[in-house]
Amino acid sequence: MRLIRILRAAVARREISLIILIGVLLALVTMRAPMFLSGNNIQRIVNDTVILIMVSLGQLLVILTGGIDLSVGSIIAFSGMSASLINQAHPAIPAALILFIGVLVGTALGMVNGAVVAFGKVPPIITTLGTMSIFRGFTFVISKGQWVTAHEMSQSYMNLPHGDFLGLTNLIWWGVLVSVVMMYFSTYTRSGREVYAIGGNTTAARFVGVSERKIKFMIFTISGFLSGLAGVMWTARYAAAVNETATGFELQTVAACVIGGVSIAGGSGTVAGVILGGLFIGIINNALPVINLSPFYQMFIQGSIVLLAMLINTLADRRQEKMLLNRRRS
Amino acid sequence: MASAKSPLMGSGRLIDENSFKERMIVLFTKWETLLALLFVLEIVVFSNITPYFLDYFNLMNASFTFMEKAVMALPMIFVIMSGDIDISIASIIALVSFAMGYAAEAGVDTAGLIMIGLSVGILAGMFNGFFITKLGMPAIAVTLATQSLFRGISQAVLEDHAYTTYPESFAYFGQGYVGDSLIPFELVLFLVLAVIMGFILHKTTYGRQLYAIGNSKSAARFAGIYVDRVRFINFALNGLFCGIAAILLTSRIGSTRPNIALNWDIETITLVVLGGVSIMGGRGTVPGVTVAIFLLGYLKFGMGLLNISAKIMIITTGVLLIIAVLLPNFLDLIKAKRKLRMQQVRQS
Repeated sequence: MRLIRILRAAVARREISLIILIGVLLALVTMRAPMFLSGNNIQRIVNDTVILIMVSLGQLLVILTGGIDLSVGSIIAFSGMSASLINQAHPAIPAALILFIGVLVGTALGMVNGAVVAFGKVPPIITTLGTMSIFRGFTFVISKGQWVTAHEMSQSYMNLPHGDFLGLTNLIWWGVLVSVVMMYFSTYTRSGREVYAIGGNTTAARFVGVSERKIKFMIFTISGFLSGLAGVMWTARYAAAVNETATGFELQTVAACVIGGVSIAGGSGTVAGVILGGLFIGIINNALPVINLSPFYQMFIQGSIVLLAMLINTLADRRQEKMLLNRRRS
Repeated sequence: MASAKSPLMGSGRLIDENSFKERMIVLFTKWETLLALLFVLEIVVFSNITPYFLDYFNLMNASFTFMEKAVMALPMIFVIMSGDIDISIASIIALVSFAMGYAAEAGVDTAGLIMIGLSVGILAGMFNGFFITKLGMPAIAVTLATQSLFRGISQAVLEDHAYTTYPESFAYFGQGYVGDSLIPFELVLFLVLAVIMGFILHKTTYGRQLYAIGNSKSAARFAGIYVDRVRFINFALNGLFCGIAAILLTSRIGSTRPNIALNWDIETITLVVLGGVSIMGGRGTVPGVTVAIFLLGYLKFGMGLLNISAKIMIITTGVLLIIAVLLPNFLDLIKAKRKLRMQQVRQS
């Protein structure tokens, strides 16, 4: 009996049930293709997923306040393109400085979103729907429709994500750094907790002195910052800056959050959940070719999984509500 | 309100609510009026720059490019007005177009294709509505998932192929003109649908219920409105109109690919919001959205005539969308201040 109760409690925790789900998924795929679970392949999957996880963590903060950031894909494209153009024009500039500039550009774009939402009182979905087009349009403007390709990038720039440190790629280390900082930020800092407070109950948060404006401005800035970082990493990793970089990526970040148990209504969700949600998507994407399923199925499968994940979230929430009601009655 | 002529003293100024000036201020701070003025301005500017703009034949034919989105915008007014959103509509088009293409390959005739198109559309809309209203899931999350799901079905089966064989008579819906005139069938159909939807929104109980739900779901429920039923119907309507739009689009371009109508959900929402429908719910009119449709459609046409590149148009659309929400907020602020001043005056 006790074991069952412990098991039930464990499954109720989104992170643990996700770990179990990922384990099952890995086992299933490995049965069909044994080399899937090799160390090399695992590192490749993680490497493929880090960018998604970084941006999803920014998306998490926005969703926690009940908003949504649809412009992340365009910010990635714009900041990646500007960093690559600088690298192309002045190969002598150290890569670290270019990274800094790229991140700065992303942060600035995030601040634009934040300012319109926080001070202009425009709903996040409209703001970012608009800036999604605007930033994408400006990407075309600064690039004049041209690409920046591998031979036009300096080696040090491309080494930003590719370099090795203690056996793992730099990109993975960046992901680890971002994850740890975000975990600390969301759990142990005042501002981090205020993000949850705004999402949980805006009115109550305002009464205890949380500045809604400040928090909303901050989260969009952070989301822009992470997208800027992701943009530089993206272009350097694939050694190409194209105008269509990361189109549709915003939906994948939202999907990672939803699978990770983040409530779209705001107020609940964890960094660990989002990381696992991102990994789940990464594994699925990498598993499809391995089990000989055409990549054309990817979209369909991703949509079904997101819908299923939300269905589970909703049903679990209902169960919990019912249990609370029962407890109150007795 | 006070009697017909109520001179109110305030900060040394006279405010007469029924004076010509006051009525003009009310009229010109109305979103629909601003849009209409902007539309007139657009026509004047473009027709002065290029002689090809103000041409009956050109104007009629240019409408082909945005009538499908216009049809999709109509039920979206209902959805957004009641505080929901649907970002799966472009994918519903992909699904419907796929279903019709599949049926056409199997030899179904035009009437059959129409039936299939409409029913697949309405079913897809009901699918969304079921998850949103029966299970209480957020509309944005559900339609985000079905956005991948619906288009995913089309992509999984079609891969990189396309359906291109349709019955000859099927081409009329997207390419035909009414009688011998130069008026496209699509344009007439849209206007008829707009009148119907405008009647529903502004003259029926159902329309009033939409406003009530948009303002406050719980208040509407307490007032005896079946909130979830109304929202479900909205999503079903959305699906049905996507079915109509898919028929028009498929008929116009004569082929079905998985990437058909990509990003149209965002463009349609832009039209609706630009038309003055509040995404927070409870505000908006069909005439406003209709003006916005023609404003944006002919803006693109005019800019195309002037050889302005597509990227500038993308940026313009985005800027317009944000301004469309910022400006009413600003106008509201002014109105609220005026109201406050009137109240203060009345109390003193």
